[in-house]
Formats: sequence, structure tokens, C-alpha cells
Amino acid sequence: MSLAKITQVKALALAVPGDDIDTDRIIPARFLRCVTFDGLGEHAFRDERTGPDGKERPHPMNSAQAARIAAAKQGVMVVGFNFGCGSSREHAPQSLWRFGFTAFVGGSFAEIFFGNSTTLGVPCLTLSKEDLAECDAFVRANPEVEVTVDVEKQTVSAGAKTWQAGIAASARDGLIKGKWDPIADLLEGADSVAKTAGGLAYVEGK
Amino acid sequence: MAKTLFQKVWEAHAVRKLPNGQTQLFIGTHLIHEVTSPQAFGMLRDLGLQVKFPQRTFATVDHIVPTNEIKEPYSDPIAQEMIEALRKNTKDYGIRFFDTTTGNQGIVHMVGPEQGITQPGTTIACGDSHTATHGAFGAIAFGIGTTQVRDVLATQTLALSPLKVRRIEVNGKLAPGVYAKDVILHIIRVLGVNGGIGYAYEYAGTTFDGFSLEERMTVCNMSIEGGARCGYVNPDQKTFDYIKGKPFAPKAADWDSAVVRWASFASDAGCQYDDIKPFRAEEIRPTVTWGITPGQAIFIDEKMPALETLNAADRQTAEDAYAHMKLAPNTPIKGTKVDVCFLGSCTNGRISDLREVAKYLKGRKVSPSVKAIVVPGSQLTAIQAVHEGLDKIYIEAGFEWRGAGCSMCLAMNPDKLVGDQLCASSSNRNFKGRQGSQTGRTVLMSPLMVAAAAITGQVSDAREVFKV
Ligand code: SF4
Repeated sequence: MSLAKITQVKALALAVPGDDIDTDRIIPARFLRCVTFDGLGEHAFRDERTGPDGKERPHPMNSAQAARIAAAKQGVMVVGFNFGCGSSREHAPQSLWRFGFTAFVGGSFAEIFFGNSTTLGVPCLTLSKEDLAECDAFVRANPEVEVTVDVEKQTVSAGAKTWQAGIAASARDGLIKGKWDPIADLLEGADSVAKTAGGLAYVEGK
Repeated sequence: MAKTLFQKVWEAHAVRKLPNGQTQLFIGTHLIHEVTSPQAFGMLRDLGLQVKFPQRTFATVDHIVPTNEIKEPYSDPIAQEMIEALRKNTKDYGIRFFDTTTGNQGIVHMVGPEQGITQPGTTIACGDSHTATHGAFGAIAFGIGTTQVRDVLATQTLALSPLKVRRIEVNGKLAPGVYAKDVILHIIRVLGVNGGIGYAYEYAGTTFDGFSLEERMTVCNMSIEGGARCGYVNPDQKTFDYIKGKPFAPKAADWDSAVVRWASFASDAGCQYDDIKPFRAEEIRPTVTWGITPGQAIFIDEKMPALETLNAADRQTAEDAYAHMKLAPNTPIKGTKVDVCFLGSCTNGRISDLREVAKYLKGRKVSPSVKAIVVPGSQLTAIQAVHEGLDKIYIEAGFEWRGAGCSMCLAMNPDKLVGDQLCASSSNRNFKGRQGSQTGRTVLMSPLMVAAAAITGQVSDAREVFKV
């Protein structure tokens, strides 16, 4: 299986502020009643974007900038701390990715969300609190400027600014080498797997 | 060298180092359900792969099951499609399925322990963030995404990096009317909803030694609400007694060696922890959430925080929370009107929860302004409760008695809040919209506090209502 090497994402960015944004907010549970991920993109942040009366609410995902990102199928979402907490549903990064987001920049990410995004080939980079505030302000003030998320160099830059960013070493390695989906590596280890299983008393039928 | 349970289990299951530096970890037990598995089976078919260890894979159906309909097809055609997809997938790949007709169906985190599938010193994965529940038995259990469900189906392994271990030590005796649920809500309140990122939580101390396995499950269940992907309690005699005689427990000839092996996984005296956090049981009072994250919690007799007392980031979330909850800062939460009461979920839908509440419910009546439902988490729990006559006590008091499932914990089945109803709930998440209405409001609490709210029609102190 050959996958693209994801060293850098350069795209328009959208700031979606707030800490502890959970995956129920990113994709409400009723949209999990499905057997494929198709069509989830249009429902990303559905209940934040649309009120109970069916009318649009003010939300970054309803902006012209979001529409540009959706059309380009490329975009950087700038978020707060502990983004993607709560339910393990992969439907959350799937919906944002299908909407058009190909990278996330934030203060911190919930672990399962981080892992789910990485296996989709969508990098999640972290910035310090101060740098995140600066990046967030820049993105809002300059929506037309593309943001570069450099996975290899671990930086985020826009205009004349460059911020030092972080990403788990294993995720970085997988993304830049085009091995962000671990299945090939896992399948390769079959002999070692049989050996480990053989040593476990509770695993029958090994 | 002295080691933690986490290190020992990790080492026993480590297959090899992967090129990216992660570990390929063997997953001894894979639990699957209808919501996060169909896409994984789809990926498996696309790649032309087989299920590697079907005999170590166990399925049940919980999220979409209606709790007041037995007959199929269900009134929701999508729910019907999802249960049928799981039937087909488990049949095609030879996986055991605790289907609704088996009498063993239930919330996935209840089925594992009930069947004796959940055992100490094992690794357990499930496409569900509350998988840490199984850590109550001294297993390393965690939630995974759907692509990882595919990885486990195809290889019985995952690519992972080890976690740090934080020992959360609670010592002392809980006061009457204070429960395991209050302990975990309090821990999350103190350490924060993201305090556990990067950690496995080891729950220990005399309070946990005294807890039953069901109480330990309630605490481990909500590890993820504190940001920790997994949480566990070291196995002891209570653990072994609980497993003994369950359908998948080791049989007589293997039992003694299994117990020796299980006990050997417990953390060694003098092992190194990355962090230790002490708590006193006596300091914990009945706890309720007031906001939209599980960390926004107070003791029932406290006031909700004044905005000035919060730092900038917490303040923003709090403002959002007050607006959504229609509550006012610096006022008591006690006395807030309640519309719905939900007793159930993988946090508090077990037989011990149902028994404890029933003890106090006899002779009391649910307020006419409240809709109260009680949902046993599994069919076995429901059967046991009926056998003990608990259902009659609930029905007599004015609760609706339902069939097993996730029910109103989340909005994937017909049990939902309507409009801005406020729900006193024994579940684990108070996120906006979690219970099925965009403007619906959730207040998390212990089962007995839910019963107190049902009777008074208000958020109440169960110790007063029931003279505990
Ligand atoms: S009861 Fe709630 S938290 Fe538990 S598995 Fe079901 S939906 Fe998830």
C-alpha cells in the first residue's frame, strides 16, 4: 500500500476557538447511525451551525472562509486546547476531513482524536499558548493568507510569522515517510505476533 | 526491578518495535459493537483481509437498541440496518455475537465482565472510549478509532506508544450517601478534563480496596472524562471471586494457575510512578455537574462558581456552560427544576446500582412533573433485577422500566431529551446535545441522587431526601 508523504500542508485556515470541544459537538450522535463514513462532511459541527429552529447560527464553519476550504478540499483548522475530547468516534475527524480540513493546529489534542486523525493522514500540530493566540489572531485578521503546517520542520507559518510547533515523533515519522496508516507494518509482524500470542495463557486458538 | 501493572501487561503483550518507534502491541480481547465496526469491516473487505483471531473477538449491540421495543424490524430503519450489518459481519467472520435474542446482550462494557471475558493482566480494545471500564479487573483496556478496529480485526495488534502511569490514591471511608460516582466526579473536578492526557490512571488506596468490582468499574469507566485513555485497579481476591464461575472464566483445572498468574500482574511494592495524587475519602461529598464538561462539578451543597474566580480559559468555557444550562453563577444548584431522570448507562446501570436505589425508593413516588426511566445496562442485569423484584419497586414508584441498552446516555436510539429539558443522569457525559436535544441539559450525579431528583422534581441532596 503506497501512501502520500505528508511533509507539509499549505492552505487557507479557519479559527474555531474554544477549549474542550468534544466529539459530540463535532459530529452529533444521530449522524453515527450509519454503516459508512460517506456524507459526514456536511454534518460537521451541525448543531453549532444550525439552531433548533433550523436557522443558521453565527459559527466559523458557516463563514465564507469555511466555504472556500470546503471547495478547495484543503484547509487548516486552528483550535484551542483538548480538542476532540470525549467519544472515540472516528466519525469526528472523518467529518472534518470530508468537509475539507487537512491539518489541525491547536494547544493540545485528545489522544484518540489525535490518533484517528493521524491514521487519516491529517496532521495535528501543537503550539504554545502564546503562539497559538498569535496564530489564531493572525488567521482571523488575514483570512486570505495561506498557512503552512510543516510536519517535517515542526513549524507553523503564515505571512512573515513562524511558530515552533510540536507533534509526537512517531506520528511525524509516519506522516513524512508516507506510513501514517500502520496496517502494512502491522501485517508484516505476523510471525512475531504468533510468538507473542503463544506466550499468553488466555489466548486460545493461536 | 519493581514494576507497575501497566508495565508488566505492556511487556507481556509487546510484539516488536515498529519503524516509527511505536510498539506493536498484542490485543488479547477485542470487543466490538454496531456503531464503530461496520466501516472497519468495510475496510477489511476492501483490503481483502481476514479476521485474524475471531475467537478473541466478541460482539454485542447496545447504542442503537430501542429500550421499549422488542420486535424487529425496529421502527428506526437505520437501527435495523446497523444490527443486521453486525449480524452479517459476525457471521461472515465467525465472531461470537451476544445478540438481543441470546439473553446476554447489553452495553459492551457490561457484557465483558458478566461473561468473564474481562480478566486481569490482559489487553482489551474496543471502538468505544469507555473501554477503560474493564480496567477495574486489572486489565489494560482502552478505546480506539474505527481504523484501529480494522487493525485489530486484521492483525490482533495495534501500533501504540506506552503511557505514563499516575497513581491516584484515595484513602479512608466514604460517608453515607457518597458513592464511587462521586469519587470519580471529584477526581475529574480536581485534576481537570485534560489532566490525564498521556497517562494511564492507577486507582488505589484503602477506599478502592474496599470497593466492589462494580464500584471500581464506575470509577474506571470515567477515566476518559479525565483525559486518561485507560485506568485500572490492581487485581485482588475480590477480582478473582467476581470472575469465578462466569461463562468464560478459566475452568476448574486451570483456575489456580490463572489466579497465580493474575495476581502476579499487580503493581509491585516500591515501583516508580510518573505521578502520584492523594485524596481523602472523607472530604468527598455528593457531587453534581453544573456545566457542559464533566469537570464542571461541585458538591451538592456548594454554589456554582462565580466567573471572577475562574482563570481566563475556564471562564470562557464557564460562560458558554451557564448560557447553555440556563443557570446563574454564584447560586446553588440545589433546587434547580428537573424534567427527566435517567438511571442507567455503563457507568451506573449495574445490579448494585439498581439495588442501592431500590432500597430507598420503597414507598416513595416520582414527582408528577418528572419523566423517570430506569434502564438496566444488560439483559442479565435486567433478569437478575426482575428476579429480585426490583422492577416492581421502580414501577410502583413511578419509574418506567426498560430493556437493556445505552438508552438516554446518547442520542442514537428513541430515548432522547426534548427541547431544553434538564435531565438528572447517572451517565458519564454532559456535553451539549449529548442526550439528543441540541438545547437539552444534563446534570451528572450518582444513582441515588438521580432518585432524589425524581422524587422532589429538583436537583436535591439524596442524604436529606432519603435521610441517609
Ligand atoms: S452507555 Fe453511554 S457511554 Fe456507555 S457505551 Fe453506551 S453510549 Fe457509551
